[in-house]
Amino acid sequence: MLKIKNLDVYYGKLYTLKKVSLHLNKGEIVALIGSNGAGKTTLLNTISGLIKPASGIISLEGKDLTKLTPEKIVREGIAQVPEGRHVFKTLSVEENILLGAYSRYSLKTKREIKENIEKIYELFPKLKERKKQLAGTLSGGEQQMLAIGRALMSKPKLLLLDEPSMGLAPNIIKEVFSYIVDLKRVFALTVLLVEQNAKNALKISDRGYVLETGRVILEGSAEDLLMNRDVQRAYLGRDLDAEVRI
Amino acid sequence: MTLFLQFLFAGLTTGSVYALVGIGFNIIYNSTSIINLAQGEFVVLGGLMMWFFLESLQLPFSVSLCLTLLTAAIIGLAQERLTIKPLLKKGDLLLMIMVTIAFSILIRGILMFKFGKDPYTYSPFTEGEPIEIFGAIITQQTLWVIGITVFCIVLLYLFFNKTMTGRAMKACSLDVKAARLMGINVSKVVMLSFLISAVIGAIGGIAITPISLMEYDKGAMLSVKGFCAAILGGLGKSRGAVVGGFTLGMLESLTAGYIHSGFKDAIALLIMLFILFVKPAGIFGKTEILRLRKF
Repeated sequence: MLKIKNLDVYYGKLYTLKKVSLHLNKGEIVALIGSNGAGKTTLLNTISGLIKPASGIISLEGKDLTKLTPEKIVREGIAQVPEGRHVFKTLSVEENILLGAYSRYSLKTKREIKENIEKIYELFPKLKERKKQLAGTLSGGEQQMLAIGRALMSKPKLLLLDEPSMGLAPNIIKEVFSYIVDLKRVFALTVLLVEQNAKNALKISDRGYVLETGRVILEGSAEDLLMNRDVQRAYLGRDLDAEVRI
Repeated sequence: MTLFLQFLFAGLTTGSVYALVGIGFNIIYNSTSIINLAQGEFVVLGGLMMWFFLESLQLPFSVSLCLTLLTAAIIGLAQERLTIKPLLKKGDLLLMIMVTIAFSILIRGILMFKFGKDPYTYSPFTEGEPIEIFGAIITQQTLWVIGITVFCIVLLYLFFNKTMTGRAMKACSLDVKAARLMGINVSKVVMLSFLISAVIGAIGGIAITPISLMEYDKGAMLSVKGFCAAILGGLGKSRGAVVGGFTLGMLESLTAGYIHSGFKDAIALLIMLFILFVKPAGIFGKTEILRLRKF
């Protein structure tokens, strides 16, 4: 569904992504793991059109996206939940959700959007309780739900999630990840999940890619990556040396 | 008491225009962080163009009104497309603010070339006896000015809170990245903010000219006063500009009445200094937000 081939992205003269290729099949959850500064967020922002690649191809269902502006890419069906949530803090929860539908808002779709909002509220009842509250006053977990709900309002085919677990308490992280699986089913989404929390991300994913200093160094099914010793050492916190010593 | 009321009404009239200019500042500041120092020029433009269409070309009132607002809108658009858009990518705010000063000088020059240095006026919107309240006199035009200002404020409130375009503009001012990810075209929002500000300024000019006359070089002072109103209420806060504008207008008129009319213009600058020393974020602004912004 999404195909990325030989993507090069430069920041000034430094490359942040070098010859990155990956693909997503329809209905998959694909995890993109890697440490800080590996280029994960850059990759998502390039897909969303916020950053222009130096060369390479990004195509969604055969359509080239590299020339399109971010506004057009949203309309093609790609929504991003940015790192750090980026909710509109001084707007109400409801206004935030409504703004998610900006790209398809017109008099004709008004009713459909209303129904859509109700659907989001069904999924996240907490947001309904707080719909008049300012988004900045929500807890971190609620803001994450809001950011996801807002992204879903554009009726995306592909959802890009950037570090949804960042800064959340462990029990909330579990909740967020279980929501992602639910959402994928309910909205028939394809999900590209960027995470530092590799273990939780791989657990709910079908496949995964490992990004290091701007290159894809490993790819495979989620189970394989979870079992891979390099991945375990670098991203899952398993101390192999200590185990050998015992 | 009568005298006090009389000063108050005069203050409300000038305060209305300050409020409109202040709102114009806020709209542009919110979407771009730019202070558009050509804001006062649009008030002058409104007054003088209205005179031109109404008195010089002898067009009917409604046609003149539409043409004047159209002219202001076009010039506002031209300002954004020609002087701001090419610089926006570089992101040098100070440079852009200086360019707005250059633009204001340009407008002033053109207006002087076209209209000369004389003050202009035209007859009030409605002819009729002034109204007396507790001995103080209010002309009908004063009521028009205040009424139009209130109308503009209500309209803007509805626009920013009830329409998708208005919400998108607010979203842009809060978080550009998230706004772009929602599919909002930021460049269009910036354009729209300049257009709205220009039209609002022109409306103020059209309404006030029959009372206070209009000449080509009034814009700079109006910019300062409007800016002061915006600062007083808290830069970026719409209700701040309204409260700030009316407060400033009334203080000015009371100073002119009770102390000396020569101090009238000084009071705005004194208030601005006072606010910047004591509470730089203004009445409604929050200091934390101020610290997080470059300007």
